Amino acid sequence: MTGPTGHSPRAETTDLVVIGAGVVGAAAAYFAARAGLRVTVVDRGPLAGGTSSAGEGNLLVSDKEAGPELDLALFSQRVWREDLAEHAGLWEFEAKGGLVVAATPGGADALAKLVLEQRAQGIEAVDVPKDELPDYEPHLSPELVSGAFYPQDAQVQPMLVVAHLLRMARQAGARVRTDTEVTGFLRTGERITGVRTSRGPLSAPAVLNAGGTWAGVVAELAGVRVPVLPRRGCVLVTQPLPVMVRHKVYAAEYVGDVASSDAALQTSPVVEGTRAGTILIGSSRERVGFDREVPPPLLAALARNAIALFPFLASVQAIRSYLGFRPYCPDHLPVIGPDPRAPGLWHACGHEGAGVGLSVGTGKLLAQALTDRPTGLDLTPFAPERFEQALPGDEVNPDAP
Amino acid sequence: MPPEMPPETAPGNPPFPQPFDLSFDGRTIHARPGQSVGAALVEAGVVAWRTTRGEGRPRGLFCGIGVCYDCLITVDGRPDQRACLVPAADGMRLESGRTGRDTDARER
Amino acid sequence: MRGNADVTADVAVADVAVADVAVVGAGPAGMAAAVEAATAGLTVALVDAGERPGGQYWRHGPHDEGPLAGQHGRRTFAALRAGLVRTGTRTFFGHQVWLIARDADRFTLHLRPTHDGRGPGTRTLTARSLILCPGAYDRQLPVPGWDLPGVMAAGGVQALLKGSGTLAGRRAVVAGTGPFLLPVATGLAAAGAEIVMVCEANPLRGWLRDPGGALREPAKAVEGAQYAALLARHGIPYRTRTVVTEIRGEDRVRSVRIAPLDRDGRPRSGVRIEVDADLVALGWGFTPSLELPLMVGARTRLDTDGSLVAVVDARQRADVPGGPGVYLAGEATGVGGAALAVREGRLSGLAAAGDLGRTIDEGRMRRLQRAIRRGRRFAAALHTATPVPPGWTDWLDGSTLICRCEEVTYGDLCHAARELGAKDPRTLKMLARPGMGMCQGRVCGFATAQVAAALTGGSPSTPSADDLLPLARRPLATPVTLGEIAALGEES
Repeated sequence: MTGPTGHSPRAETTDLVVIGAGVVGAAAAYFAARAGLRVTVVDRGPLAGGTSSAGEGNLLVSDKEAGPELDLALFSQRVWREDLAEHAGLWEFEAKGGLVVAATPGGADALAKLVLEQRAQGIEAVDVPKDELPDYEPHLSPELVSGAFYPQDAQVQPMLVVAHLLRMARQAGARVRTDTEVTGFLRTGERITGVRTSRGPLSAPAVLNAGGTWAGVVAELAGVRVPVLPRRGCVLVTQPLPVMVRHKVYAAEYVGDVASSDAALQTSPVVEGTRAGTILIGSSRERVGFDREVPPPLLAALARNAIALFPFLASVQAIRSYLGFRPYCPDHLPVIGPDPRAPGLWHACGHEGAGVGLSVGTGKLLAQALTDRPTGLDLTPFAPERFEQALPGDEVNPDAP
Repeated sequence: MPPEMPPETAPGNPPFPQPFDLSFDGRTIHARPGQSVGAALVEAGVVAWRTTRGEGRPRGLFCGIGVCYDCLITVDGRPDQRACLVPAADGMRLESGRTGRDTDARER
Repeated sequence: MRGNADVTADVAVADVAVADVAVVGAGPAGMAAAVEAATAGLTVALVDAGERPGGQYWRHGPHDEGPLAGQHGRRTFAALRAGLVRTGTRTFFGHQVWLIARDADRFTLHLRPTHDGRGPGTRTLTARSLILCPGAYDRQLPVPGWDLPGVMAAGGVQALLKGSGTLAGRRAVVAGTGPFLLPVATGLAAAGAEIVMVCEANPLRGWLRDPGGALREPAKAVEGAQYAALLARHGIPYRTRTVVTEIRGEDRVRSVRIAPLDRDGRPRSGVRIEVDADLVALGWGFTPSLELPLMVGARTRLDTDGSLVAVVDARQRADVPGGPGVYLAGEATGVGGAALAVREGRLSGLAAAGDLGRTIDEGRMRRLQRAIRRGRRFAAALHTATPVPPGWTDWLDGSTLICRCEEVTYGDLCHAARELGAKDPRTLKMLARPGMGMCQGRVCGFATAQVAAALTGGSPSTPSADDLLPLARRPLATPVTLGEIAALGEES
């Protein structure tokens, strides 16, 4: 895919400009470069400066209900474990597995039902009765009623994923330009033919919007609407400890919170250890724009929830907290594929809290589509224009900076 | 000296308070009232009481004022106390490492 | 209550204390701020991590009346301490503030004991105004072997001596830059240690010989002359343009390699001597403690010494969202020493009282403002005379630790910058983990920013305020148990 732009004689020309050096942009750049495209990645900040560096690096299937997101999660699992298997050590890939626990008999029933549904969709899940919970997590509260173990759940260090995918993309010929802000688009008629940046124009027959939580703003520059909203999450980090928590452990109600669209604060306990010895404690979801001020009651809720799962945590010290803004779409599905409203513009954004896990599947699918090959998964559910049917003004992003 | 001087420095306090003993990993060391446990250890010739997680390197006092967290020590069974800030007290039990939690690491 | 030297009685556990103004830090600035605010009629709560007032500068043992004879500003300390008692200032010693939240018209400070043996935890303090005087700690430049036991921050060596009467070693090398190396060396010598050498990286001898000079700060001139005499009396070798390039030993310090600096501030190759020592005291100026000012949103700037400091107006008011009510005094506004800190503290206490409707002496405020401007000029001149050597990263090797907590080496940082594309300190931190451990970058933050600048083509001496900011923000101002966090809000 090459083509003249006719816009600026000084514009550098490549096959694909990727806007955003986060995990989704890095994965797309990697697969596109490996597929033979000449790629330039631009980001207004440093690499992984947004949501990619503000999560826990989870590759989860356990929190997904049946539907296109689960399909993408399972597709991505294969990419992580097969296509990228040889690089797993670079980003501390750990197939630790996830343990979902229920605190009440009602919760246990709901969890058992979810497990049955998920199994039918191809998720591996093991019922864990109460007396076997300590075999998985010796320090878990004895109050818990039952659990389910998901061997496919894994974790990576997301910053390292971004850095190494971009490094390998560079080795395949890609260029990465950080501190380069996209200020507008180049066009020939209706067609997008490149971007204007703070460091000059870049022309390309395809431009990929991988702007993460800020992708809606990028889309606006191209005159199209992609309703991505920030959904804030906050994580507490403990002092480094010997291994006390072996898996990602979370409460059954987490799945409901993930799927909810409520703007109000929701917290449900998610506890997991890291390679560095710290324990990460989440989770929270709230729609408060890009507010970085964390109210003390939110920290208190995170700590209380975690102690309820692991009582030993009460005497463990937290050393910091961090927060991030999940790129959230009203239907909880990412936006992946070409935008018919602005030919030449593609999107890969809106992965909400699952961007790290879904990034490599997204990147591989896009590279397939960009090179006119059949895609490993039907992209129709992720089509950018699907929001056009929504009521006008219904999902205008009030939080855009 | 003003009359409202706080009691602990008021006239009448013994000018040379009596030294006392505390234990470090079972061994007896001496301290003077007002010394930090880090100071008592250093005076007893102990310069390290923790090893690092990664390389197992010895660590003791570094910043001396509670900022660097290098001098963490277990005091009377409480792990992760800053030796430079904990005042030594009669009969105090000091232990190197992270008592209790290291056991869990071995179990695994 | 021995070992628990509160000026007034401690309040009960889990109490919620209410005051007009909360002063954090009971060093020179905080003591002065508290006394002025209280004298002007405000109720004051004073918090400090130490067991008694004085901070780092006026540190003393529980059985000392105050700082030892010969300590500068000793009379000022005595007067301020008497002022705290006279005004009935409520004190919370042995406590650290780990979180500050602001509602419309009040600040809530969450406190915890500095060590768990001091009794259970959560205390909450609410106040209408906040005066933050968090002080500073030694700034460090990593050097091979600096993680060996027996290597300490110069201020830590001093603290051991002043607070516990303990000599950290018998044969000491004192190294780094700035006049603070002098009291450390002379203090050690007076207590009986042998000082092998004071290594001053800058050509400071002129300042020492003629300390008044262009600097126009008479008190400091006297101080410099006194130290010169003390160095001579103890026979302490004082070498300028000289640095420690390596500290050697297996399980503790055994010897130290020393080299002169060339004109570019790099150690001259081939010209190194090795001396035996069991103590190395290192100090490269000071890093202000900024976590609390940053927690309340204070605007920052880069000071002449390359440190990140908070911006204040002519009445010590911080520029924070949510309107006035936060005052800063002492090293957090720029490292300037105890005398300047006392003046800023006084001004901040007066300003807080004035802003809360108390009558204050405007003439006195103006005199303080003039004295502060004078002190700032002196501090800036001293900063300019004691820069970090521009070529200091030359003495690092691949295995030198930069981050002591997470054991991140210089080689790790080089890899993150050269192979992984980190171009700024924050990205370097996220990829290689310097500053992610227990101290949260307090010790290695400055060095990491300098290394990042050096590795990405800039001059190592020029990290910007934007570079330093992500290494200085700490959402929890001190480690705190999850149990304490879970109890947040329970007291109301």
